[in-house]
Amino acid sequence: MNFDWQTAWDSVPQLLQGLLIALQATALGYVLALVLGLAFALARRSHQAWLRLPVAFFVEFVRSTPLLVQLFFLFFVLPTVGLELSPMWTGAIGLGVHYATYTSEVYRSGIDGVPAGQWEAATALSLPRRRTWTRIILPQAIPRVVPALGNYAISMFKDTPQLTVITVAEMLSVVKALGSQNFQYLELITMAGLLYLVAALLIAWPVRIAERRYRKENA
Amino acid sequence: MSGGLWLRLLDGLLVTLQLTGYGAVLGLLFAFAAGLARLSRHRVVRGIAFAYTEGFRGLPALVVLFWLVFALPGLGFQLNPLFAGVLALSLNIGAYGAEVVRGAVLSVPAGQIEAATALNFTRWQRMRRVVLPQAVVAMVPPFGNLLIELLKATALVSLVYLQDLTFQGQIVRAATGNTAMTFFGLLVGYGVIALILTILMRLVERRAAASLGRAVRPGLLSGRTS
Repeated sequence: MNFDWQTAWDSVPQLLQGLLIALQATALGYVLALVLGLAFALARRSHQAWLRLPVAFFVEFVRSTPLLVQLFFLFFVLPTVGLELSPMWTGAIGLGVHYATYTSEVYRSGIDGVPAGQWEAATALSLPRRRTWTRIILPQAIPRVVPALGNYAISMFKDTPQLTVITVAEMLSVVKALGSQNFQYLELITMAGLLYLVAALLIAWPVRIAERRYRKENA
Repeated sequence: MSGGLWLRLLDGLLVTLQLTGYGAVLGLLFAFAAGLARLSRHRVVRGIAFAYTEGFRGLPALVVLFWLVFALPGLGFQLNPLFAGVLALSLNIGAYGAEVVRGAVLSVPAGQIEAATALNFTRWQRMRRVVLPQAVVAMVPPFGNLLIELLKATALVSLVYLQDLTFQGQIVRAATGNTAMTFFGLLVGYGVIALILTILMRLVERRAAASLGRAVRPGLLSGRTS
């Protein structure tokens, strides 16, 4: 019934290893979410219905179903179609695709926020569509959504414990492995919780600074 | 697939809906308590609410759930599993909801508050009669998004042996051996529930907007806010 500090401290080095793997999965997944999200956002503004509609459907579908079930799906189904990926990559793809559906909405709001006059000016200068996007629209759309995009890095990190179901050796997996030896779940889960909290606050720090700076610039 | 397995899925669906429903009610309570507390005049009240929202926005819901189910017994408390699930989910969603409540209250124009003060309303009257009726309307769309997040998060309880839709899906998978079909079916199931919840929330949103005589967003599905 007492909290055993000794066990708690002794578990820290192994928990930190798990944390490192969780951060690695977050980094991989996040890069994927940033790139794929932009692709989704652009596809949803396409003039081609064959591209726009399926992407819209996919985004809405993935966004409204649990990441946990999506991870199971990827983990068990990808190998049956000949894609043998490591658990880490399966997890990063799961996180990345799931969060790309969120980041695509963020990009979309950023793109919608660019004044119509910018589009008209690009047309008046007869800039090609591609250059309009890369030189006029995106450079204005993306900076204003940086804080919102950053928030999803925190959310994604908080979803990494779910990777335990696909055998990624992140922190919750470490807790389960150590707990099966000493049964001191109270100490282990509490310690892991503290580490998650500290790591999440550290990730949140630059995001909050960016938020504040953005708010000041627009005040 | 035999009838017994379909019944299992139906049982699981009921548990998932229960978790979503109870979680939403309790989460709403946490959201209002913490959101309004963050605007309190008292430093201590503000501090506690700040610690709650920042804390639970930094803690993974799954870890909170594991703590309630596997760690708390170490301190001599054993929670009913369904209650532990509802508590973990609502603490998590409540922390996000608190930000929605706070933002919505702050978005009420200052003139409204000044007018209430000029009419000699007490703080409580001003909140209840002037600020909240307008703020609640602004809360409905983001709450709709949080409701879908809550629905998705209920799948986590299958990892602490609560027999929700995902848990029963695993049983069906083991019984039929058809992995791809089962998980795809589960995803479609969640997608359909989310669709129904989205439509319901849009109806609530319409009523709320109409109650203030505001224009209503067209369509029941388009333009979900992120």
